[in-house]
Amino acid sequence: MSGLEARVGTVAPPASRRRPAWHDATVAAVRAETPTARRIILDVPTWPGNDAGQHLDLRLTAEDGYQATRSYSIASSGSGTRVTLAVDRVDDGEVSPFLVDAVEVGDALEVHGPLGGWFVWHPETSSSSASRPVQLIAGGSGIVPLVAMVSAHAEAADPAPFRLLYAVRTPEDVFFRSELADAANAPAPLEVTIVYSRRAPDGSPVPVGRLTRDTLGAAVLPPDAGALVYVCGSTPFVEQVLRWLGELGHDTVEVRAERFGGNG
Amino acid sequence: MTILDGNALAGDLTEALGPDPTTARLRCAGCGSSDALGVARVHRSAMGSVARCSGCGTVLVTVVLVGSRRLVGLPGVRAVTL
Repeated sequence: MSGLEARVGTVAPPASRRRPAWHDATVAAVRAETPTARRIILDVPTWPGNDAGQHLDLRLTAEDGYQATRSYSIASSGSGTRVTLAVDRVDDGEVSPFLVDAVEVGDALEVHGPLGGWFVWHPETSSSSASRPVQLIAGGSGIVPLVAMVSAHAEAADPAPFRLLYAVRTPEDVFFRSELADAANAPAPLEVTIVYSRRAPDGSPVPVGRLTRDTLGAAVLPPDAGALVYVCGSTPFVEQVLRWLGELGHDTVEVRAERFGGNG
Repeated sequence: MTILDGNALAGDLTEALGPDPTTARLRCAGCGSSDALGVARVHRSAMGSVARCSGCGTVLVTVVLVGSRRLVGLPGVRAVTL
């Protein structure tokens, strides 16, 4: 190791220095997140920290040695060694039913990460640089990496205007309800619009129904706002949103999208 | 078959393309475009993953899982910018 590296070693490593590696993890806490999803907090003593929006690969090993690996977005960020996941059950999946229904506090898992530097957001570090607005668009459990961004924005009291459009089926399907409410009340500017496809709470300003191009266009920052746009959800949700954003005049080459599939 | 995007390959390609493969820019041998792996279209099955250029569909990356080994190919990549 060079002297330079030794000197900077005490500083929290920036993203580029957080090299992904396999880590042993222990389940520190679990709780029901929605009727079909569970929040899982992992204790990962060797975790180097992660940026908002990154993910990890989680590996399960059965007693007979069979292994299955799946990617999960991380709902937390920063330099801590506690990592928050929220896993939605895919009924015919191999891994998610175990994580949602069976995993208990104290269980050991292996995680590979932190992964991904494309679908990430960093708070402004220099007060002189302009705060670029951010538009977040989530479908269902696609909220997980976006909650990390919303929380990082609130914790940093970052001045960038944030908007979140969140499409869910019913009020019970909302992930991270209290975290979103806390962030909306924090000084960092955040507007949240939730679109309910099947049933909305009383007084919801948006009519019940599937997300449409018109609802999308009304809720998101206009194309000329120059926003960083992040879209996360199932592959059909992301493809539809990207198509509509293009039709509404957004530069979809700039949009950062993360799709998840159904093999959970 | 599941259709994803290049973000899904971060774990598989970390050893091949550096610590942050999703921001590595892959120059497509088919159309010459140079985009981050994160925007490529990924087709995943039990055998592994195929990443195709989001512009022209050329196969950029293949990852075949053989037991605990990964066979990584870059058949349609002319250059990788890290």
